[in-house]
Amino acid sequence: MAAGVLSGVRQVLRGPRLVSAVLSCHGQTFSSAAAPDTGETVRDKILNFPITQPDYFHLSELFTIKDLFEARVHLGHKKGCRHRLMEPYLFGSRLDVDIIDLEQTAEHLQQALNFTAHVAYRGGIILFVSRRRQFGHLIETTARECGEYAHTRYWKGGLLTNAPIQYSPGVRLPDLVIFFSTLNNVFQQHVGIRDAAKMNIPTVGIVDSNCNPSLIPYPVPGNDDTPVAMEMYCRLFKMTINRAKDKRRQMELLRGISASV
Amino acid sequence: MAASGCRGVRSILWKYGSYGKNLFVSRSKMVPQLPLRQIYVASSLWKKNLAAAGPQKFTQEFIDKQVEEFEVGKRHLANMMGEDPETFTQEDIDRSIAYLFPSGLFEKRARPVMKHPEEIFPKQTAIQWDAEGRPFHFLFYTGKQSYYSLLHDVYEKILAIERHQDKMRNKGLFTSDTKQILLTGSRWLLKEEIEENLVENISVQDYMRLIQLMELLLSMPYCSLEEEFILKFRKQLEVQSSKYEIPALQYDPQGVAFSVADGRRKSAKASITLRDSGSGNITINGRNYLHYFPVLQNREQLMFPLLFVGMMGRFDIEGSVEGSGHSAQAGALRLAISRALLSFVSEGEVEKMRQAGLLTADPRIRERKKPGQEGARKKFTWKKR
Repeated sequence: MAAGVLSGVRQVLRGPRLVSAVLSCHGQTFSSAAAPDTGETVRDKILNFPITQPDYFHLSELFTIKDLFEARVHLGHKKGCRHRLMEPYLFGSRLDVDIIDLEQTAEHLQQALNFTAHVAYRGGIILFVSRRRQFGHLIETTARECGEYAHTRYWKGGLLTNAPIQYSPGVRLPDLVIFFSTLNNVFQQHVGIRDAAKMNIPTVGIVDSNCNPSLIPYPVPGNDDTPVAMEMYCRLFKMTINRAKDKRRQMELLRGISASV
Repeated sequence: MAASGCRGVRSILWKYGSYGKNLFVSRSKMVPQLPLRQIYVASSLWKKNLAAAGPQKFTQEFIDKQVEEFEVGKRHLANMMGEDPETFTQEDIDRSIAYLFPSGLFEKRARPVMKHPEEIFPKQTAIQWDAEGRPFHFLFYTGKQSYYSLLHDVYEKILAIERHQDKMRNKGLFTSDTKQILLTGSRWLLKEEIEENLVENISVQDYMRLIQLMELLLSMPYCSLEEEFILKFRKQLEVQSSKYEIPALQYDPQGVAFSVADGRRKSAKASITLRDSGSGNITINGRNYLHYFPVLQNREQLMFPLLFVGMMGRFDIEGSVEGSGHSAQAGALRLAISRALLSFVSEGEVEKMRQAGLLTADPRIRERKKPGQEGARKKFTWKKR
């Protein structure tokens, strides 16, 4: 359901730069005084072309359903912990343990990775969030290796909603927030989900069978407790982001533009 | 009234928002705190915000200019004082300024001062992100980037040591008795010192968490691998007894060793000459101590330092004392004798004397009388009604 609504969103260009590029494009066509700028159109091509392709970064080759199964992604929590809104993503329960439908997971994961890749391609800021102490170090290391940002600590109140005061005026907020676990240490929904929704920041979230997927544009139903599963997710996201950034550098070198948009 | 007008204009601008970057400029001026993503469209806006708000009170260029001016001024000052500009140190500067601008102000910090700009302007953080707005540090969005990155590093080291332990176990070379880090004579850095190092404010719980992690690191058998890193967070304590100024041992024309020392208690000032190879005679203000101090307690005070070091009959004491009452004079004399004894006694004994309290000046003075009371503590008679 969430996927259906937001597949349209996926087509809409989220990066702030493309909006300005589109605006400037319109500006060009309306004003006759400005000379045709070949730099603008080449940059447009670099930005617009990937969006027209369904799987521009070939992310479907990164994982298979068998890999997900071996990483124990299909294992949810106990039947009593089940969240009502997660029922569409579950097969049911076996021996009291909820089993997540891996075909749906694969589909959602593909969309989430694709979206992440496009955001990274356009130079967006990606923030990894998780409040699981077991995996905090792993996620911070992953973020550092991708060149993106992480927040696996106590979430202070106005980090996103009160950013000019919390940081400094003129700070740039993340363009995508990836939740490796949507619950905080007291099994309530992480504040970051609500804040990102308030600030119109798209979210990718790994939702387990006890989580609420409603405010998350790109939920990925899957296990968030097993180390194997978390390592797999970290690896996948790292590979996507690196791939997207490499592709962008490649495109710019090909078209001979040194300054990025 | 104004607010509603503002809101009205705001809504109009919102409708025409897609028409260009210019309109955004005036809008942001009116409502800078509205968290709408559209505000971040034009890059000219970011620069405008930065300049207006000024997160850095002193820019790097300003500080560099100040440093230049300081260096030039230092040379001028040296020339003025007739000294060599090349070898003009900070103490010379302080001396010259005190000479050229004599100030009678009691507060030392209010007096004219000429110091290197590093010491005057507070350390502050520069802009944390590059031209595109991407922050430099990967933990920027946590708010406390230096502190959390420190925790991250410490945990990384713990993991590295665990991996090393596993390797040793696999090889069969695991031992618990490895080289331990020497921690005696040092303490953990205080919260304020760590805040200074990180240029960030941390809370008490954060500090305790950091110390906990360091202790965990120390509890591992192979912690000596990270000795250098751990010692960065420990501060050496100075040996307290080395702070004392031992009076110089002087020699008589006859070859007899003697030392001179002073002591004070309340408003009594005493000066003592301790002569070696004597027979235990004590003369105060020209009179025998039995005459000067009829009270036993005062004579005991004089004896105590000599009794403690066990050199009772060895010295001849010649003392002069003035001011205050008999007890205070005895206390002043005792301190003076202890200080004079330092030059005749070994290092270990000095520490023992310090721990016995012989070398500490008694800070107690008469407490002032307060208005609304009879004396310092005594109150007027309390009447119920």
